[in-house]
Amino acid sequence: MNGGGIVSDKGNLFHDLSAVSALLLIAACKPPPDARWSADPAAAGRGRVVIERVHCAACHQIPGVDWPQGETGPSLEDFGDRGPIAGTLPNRPDVLAAFVRNAPALKPGSPMPPMPVSEEEARDIAAYLYEAKR
Amino acid sequence: MTEALFGWPPPVLDPAGPYASSVTILAWALFAIGAGVTAIVVAALYVAIKGRPALKARLGGEKTVWIAGIAFPVVVLTVLLVWGLALTARLNRPIDGREMRIRVSGELFWFRVHYLDAQGRVALRDANEVHIPVGRPVVFELTSADVIHSFWVPHLSGKKDMVPGRVNLLRVEARKPGQYGGVCAEFCGRSHALMGLVVVAHGPDDWQRWLVSRRAPRVRSAAPDRGAALFMQSGCAACHRVAGTAANGLAGPDLSHVGARRTIGAGIMPNNRGTMIGWIGDSQSIKPGNRMPNYDMLPAQDTAAVAAWLGTLK
Repeated sequence: MNGGGIVSDKGNLFHDLSAVSALLLIAACKPPPDARWSADPAAAGRGRVVIERVHCAACHQIPGVDWPQGETGPSLEDFGDRGPIAGTLPNRPDVLAAFVRNAPALKPGSPMPPMPVSEEEARDIAAYLYEAKR
Repeated sequence: MTEALFGWPPPVLDPAGPYASSVTILAWALFAIGAGVTAIVVAALYVAIKGRPALKARLGGEKTVWIAGIAFPVVVLTVLLVWGLALTARLNRPIDGREMRIRVSGELFWFRVHYLDAQGRVALRDANEVHIPVGRPVVFELTSADVIHSFWVPHLSGKKDMVPGRVNLLRVEARKPGQYGGVCAEFCGRSHALMGLVVVAHGPDDWQRWLVSRRAPRVRSAAPDRGAALFMQSGCAACHRVAGTAANGLAGPDLSHVGARRTIGAGIMPNNRGTMIGWIGDSQSIKPGNRMPNYDMLPAQDTAAVAAWLGTLK
C-alpha cells in the first residue's frame, strides 16, 4: 500500500482490496476482547477443584496446576486464544464443557476418554480453562 | 494419598485403631501437661517481674525450689513414665502368629503387596493398596527391594522402616471401616514424595465379599481385545503380571486387579481412564525417575485402548 491511501493507484486496486479482506478475515477469527465472553470467577474456582480431583493434568499442561504436567495430551494453556477444540470443534464454552465430559461423542476416535464429571462440573472446568492465565 | 496428608482432623490425630490411638492419647496428654507447665512458668515470671515484694520473696525462697523445682517434676514425670509405658505396652505385645499376614515391600517408588496364607505362601498379589478386615489384628511383614523406605499409615500406626534384607513386623488393627492413606516416610529418592498407598478396612460382610471376588479364578473374555493384544505386544507384559493371561512380568506392580484400585501411580492419582492414559503415555512427567518408561511411542488410540482394557481388570 502506498502512503496516500488504499486506492492510490488503479493497478494496485485488486491487490489492496484482497489485503484488506485478508486483514478483516484475520480480525474476524478473534472477537475484540470485550466482546469475548468472560467466565464467572466462582465457576472457575469450582472448576479448578474438579480439575485437581480427576487429575486432568495427568495428560495436559494446565495453567495454575504445578503437578502433574503430563504431555500425553495437548497443553491447555491460553485456551481462549486457541483455534478449534481438538482441531475440529468450535472453541466455545458449551462445546468445551461437552467435550470435557465425553470427548469421543463429539469427536469419534478421540483418545481422550469420557471423564467422570457432572454436566455442571464440566461447565466449571471450561470456565477455568478460559479464565486461567499462566 | 491425598487423604493421608490433608483433611481435618489430621490423620495423626484421628486414630482408627488401638495401635494409633494409644500414641494419640499419649501425645494429647503430653501436650496438656506441657501447656499447664508453660502457664505456671509464665505466671511465675509475671510475679517475679511485677509482683508485690512479699510474693517475690516467696517465689525465690528455698521452699519453692524444693516443691516446684524438684518434687513436682519428679512426681509428674514418674507418673507420666509409668502411665505412658503401660499405655503403649500393647504396641510391643508379642506377635502370636495367628494374625493375618501381609508382606509389603517398598520399591522405588511403590509398594508391592503380597497376602500370605497360613503357611506363609503368597496367596494374593497386589500393589499400592492393602485390604484388611476390621477388628482383626493384621501383621505387616515390611521389607524393601532397593533402598530404605518407611511404611506409615497414620490412621493405623506409627512409622516402621522397610530395610532391604530384613523383615520388620508391624501389627495394626482397624476398629472402623474406611480408607486410610499411607506414605513412604523415609526419603528414598527423587519421587519419594509421590510414593503412597491406600489401606482399605472392610466390615465383616464386605471383607468376605472382597475375599471371594479376589480368590475367584480369573476368567478373561474369549473375544480378542485390542487393548489386551497391545499390552502383550508393546512390552507391558514384560514387567507387569495380569493373572489369567500370558503377562507374567514381576518387575512392576501386579495389574490383575488394577481396574478396581482406587489410585494409580502408587496412591498419587485417582484411578480413571484419563489418568491411566496419562500414566502410560508420560509417567515420567507425573512421577520423575520412576522405573516405567514413557510409552509415548504408542499412537494415542493404542494407549487409550490399553487403558480401556486395564480398566476392565477388576
